[in-house]
Amino acid sequence: MERIPILKMGEFLLVTIQVDMHDRLAMTLQDDLTAQIVKHRAHGVLIDISALEIVDSFIGRMLASIASMARLLDAETVVVGMQPAVAITLVELGLPMRGIRTALDVEKGMTTLRAAIQETGQDGDPGRIH
Amino acid sequence: MAIRVVSTESLEIRVSDDIVRVRQAVRQKSVGLGFGLVDQTKVVTASSELARNTLDYGGGGQCHLEVVENGARAGLRIIFEDQGPGIDDADLALTDGFTTGNGMGLGLGGAKRLSHEFELSSKPGDGTRVSIVRWK
Repeated sequence: MERIPILKMGEFLLVTIQVDMHDRLAMTLQDDLTAQIVKHRAHGVLIDISALEIVDSFIGRMLASIASMARLLDAETVVVGMQPAVAITLVELGLPMRGIRTALDVEKGMTTLRAAIQETGQDGDPGRIH
Repeated sequence: MAIRVVSTESLEIRVSDDIVRVRQAVRQKSVGLGFGLVDQTKVVTASSELARNTLDYGGGGQCHLEVVENGARAGLRIIFEDQGPGIDDADLALTDGFTTGNGMGLGLGGAKRLSHEFELSSKPGDGTRVSIVRWK
C-alpha cells in the first residue's frame, strides 16, 4: 500500500508530500504520523507541501486535523513550502487555515518550530528523544 | 455571443481516486489552453471540490470537460453531474460553512468564487448538475 514517508530529523519529524494526495492516502498519513510522534516522542512536525500543486478543502482540513492531533500529543506542526499559486487559491476558496503555522521553507520552519516549542514551555532538547 | 464547444472529454467519478484523475485531466486541459499557473491552480482546485461533492453527496457521477470558445476567447467548461438525492435549497448549499456531510461546507461556494461562471441546477430526487467556466 502506498504511504507517505515520515523522516526523523533530529528532534523533529519531517513529512514531504510529493504525490497527488488522494483521500485514502491522507487518512493513512494521519494514522502514521500520530503513531510516529508518540514512538519518537517528537515535539515538532514539519510538513513540506512544496510539491503540492493544489490544496483543496479536503487536504486543508487534513493538515488542520494533523496539527490539532499533534498538539494533543504535545507536538507543534509547521506547514512549509506552500506555492504562491496555492496560497492565492486557498484565500479565494475561503479555507480558514487557522491554527496552522506556516513557513517558507524547511529551514525557516525549524526555526519557527523551536520558537513554538519554547513558547509552550518545552526545552526542545534533541537528546530527549533518543 | 454563443459559446462554441471545441472538444469534450468525459470521466466517471466512482471512487476517490477518480477525484485525482479529474484534477489531472483539468490540469492537462488548462495547460493546453495556455492558462497561467494561478488560473490553472484555481480551476483545478474548483474541480477537485466539485468532484468530491459528486462522489460524497451525489453517490458518484460524471465529469465532462469541454474546451469552449466565445468569439476570440477560449476557456474551459467543466460539468459535474450526478443522479443522487439532489439539493433542497441551492442558496443554503452555497453558503460557506453549510454542510450536510463531514466537510467544511466550502466546496460549492469556494468553487463558485474560483470560477468565472457558475451554474447549479438540482431538484430533490433528481440529481445535481454543476457547471463552471474559467476563461483564459
